[in-house]
Amino acid sequence: MELVTPEAGLLFWMLLSFTIVLIILKKFAWKPILNSLKEREDSIADALQSAEKAKEEMKKLKADNEAVIRQAKAEREKILQEAREIKIKIVDQAKEEASQEANKMIEMARVNIRNEEAKALEQIKTQVAELSVDIAGKILREKLADSKEQKKLVEKYLKDIQLN
Amino acid sequence: MKQIKQILLLLVLAGVFTLSLTSAIEPKDDSSASAEEKSATESKKTPGHFDAEEMIMGHVLDSYEWHLLTVNGKHISVPLPVILYSKDKGLNIFMSSKFHHGHESYKGFRIAEEGKYTGKIVEVTDDGKEIRPLDLSLTKTAVALIFSVILMLWLFISVANSYKKRKGQAPHGLQNFMEPMIIFIRDEVAESSIGEKYEKYLPYLLTLFFFIFFNNVLGLIPIIPAGANVTGNIAIPIVMALFTFTIVVVSAKKYFWLDIFSPPGVPWWLKFPIPLIPVIEFSSLFIKHIVLVIRLFANIVAGHIVALGFFALIFIFGEMSLLAGYGISVITIAFTVFLTLLELLVAFIQAYVFTLLSALYIGMAIEEEH
Repeated sequence: MELVTPEAGLLFWMLLSFTIVLIILKKFAWKPILNSLKEREDSIADALQSAEKAKEEMKKLKADNEAVIRQAKAEREKILQEAREIKIKIVDQAKEEASQEANKMIEMARVNIRNEEAKALEQIKTQVAELSVDIAGKILREKLADSKEQKKLVEKYLKDIQLN
Repeated sequence: MKQIKQILLLLVLAGVFTLSLTSAIEPKDDSSASAEEKSATESKKTPGHFDAEEMIMGHVLDSYEWHLLTVNGKHISVPLPVILYSKDKGLNIFMSSKFHHGHESYKGFRIAEEGKYTGKIVEVTDDGKEIRPLDLSLTKTAVALIFSVILMLWLFISVANSYKKRKGQAPHGLQNFMEPMIIFIRDEVAESSIGEKYEKYLPYLLTLFFFIFFNNVLGLIPIIPAGANVTGNIAIPIVMALFTFTIVVVSAKKYFWLDIFSPPGVPWWLKFPIPLIPVIEFSSLFIKHIVLVIRLFANIVAGHIVALGFFALIFIFGEMSLLAGYGISVITIAFTVFLTLLELLVAFIQAYVFTLLSALYIGMAIEEEH
């Protein structure tokens, strides 16, 4: 029976010591311990979260990089294409210009030739005229050697003048 | 496997050692053993005869002195302070050694040897009656209790300081030992049983758990100032259950009382005119906490009694023959080692169960709605 009968003295000491332990531990042990546990847990959670964030950011950055590279490639392709087009254009233009120039030169040559021809013809004409005058003079001289003939001619001319 | 081999080897060595010892004293032993047997059959309680019940109960019950050992029938014990208050004699403080192990009276006080106050200090009135004064003596259990309190305060405050010092760093040393238990109580006991408002009750639950756990474990260490039967003394769990009960009653919400006095979903004729269910519910409020006391008390007392029973075997067999005593000691020690490990588990489990049930009762009390 004694085993299950609580002693007043022991009840008192237990009440006192348990209360003291509860109050002191609550203030000086549990509070700092639980606070720092919580802080640590929070900081670990934070660290994990920021790591996850960094990972996400890395992924995004990588995707961005790829996009940039892809864009650059496209740009290069476009520039090359344009260059190719320009080249063709330039070559075409050059060809055109060259042919035009050639035509122009040919035309000029033609004109020159024509001019030279005309000049030559003129010269020939004058020469032919001179020659003919000469020849005519010579023939006239030959013919006028005969005075009768000379008379006839003077008369003829005179007639003409008179008519005027 | 290696460890089991080592233990077996140790046991064999112990056996060989005891056999050689007994064979050396055997011739002398024979006559004395038979003589002892005779005396044992003649009268059961002769002085010097080993009394297992007295040995076990003497340990399990509280006492005014801390008994260390008995050499040749002389008791060697540490005297403890006696604090008494009575109407006639006022306050009296003296050491328990004044009683000379209960054989003498001092200042009109003595330790009762029979009657309902057996083993307790009584005041002898003028007409020879024995009355019990207010007894606030620092008994063996009280001293062990105070020792465990000092140990706990020192341990946890130093752990708290190392938390402050090593802010944001990994736990170290004692922290490593305490932290899993603290987190276990916080997450698995407090938060899961009480719910969101667990933080308010967490300091109490932590104190409760470690108080029981420390005292249980200290009870397993057989060296002064540990080794007293603290949690196995009914006054200790009673106070702790009273704390839980007070918290439950004080923090109980409307729904808790509604559940007791008019539980919903129960047919009206069970509540009126004979309030059968309310009476059952109301008494269960007390029974729950009484069971809390008995569970812890009975488990710890049982552990101590069984361990002491094994040791008593040594002396019982030793009285029959010295050889048997030494022989049985090998088995006893093996069993005690096993039992101590088991008790270590029980120490944790009982602390856990007491704390968990306290948390559950608090959780039920502060529940808002179902």
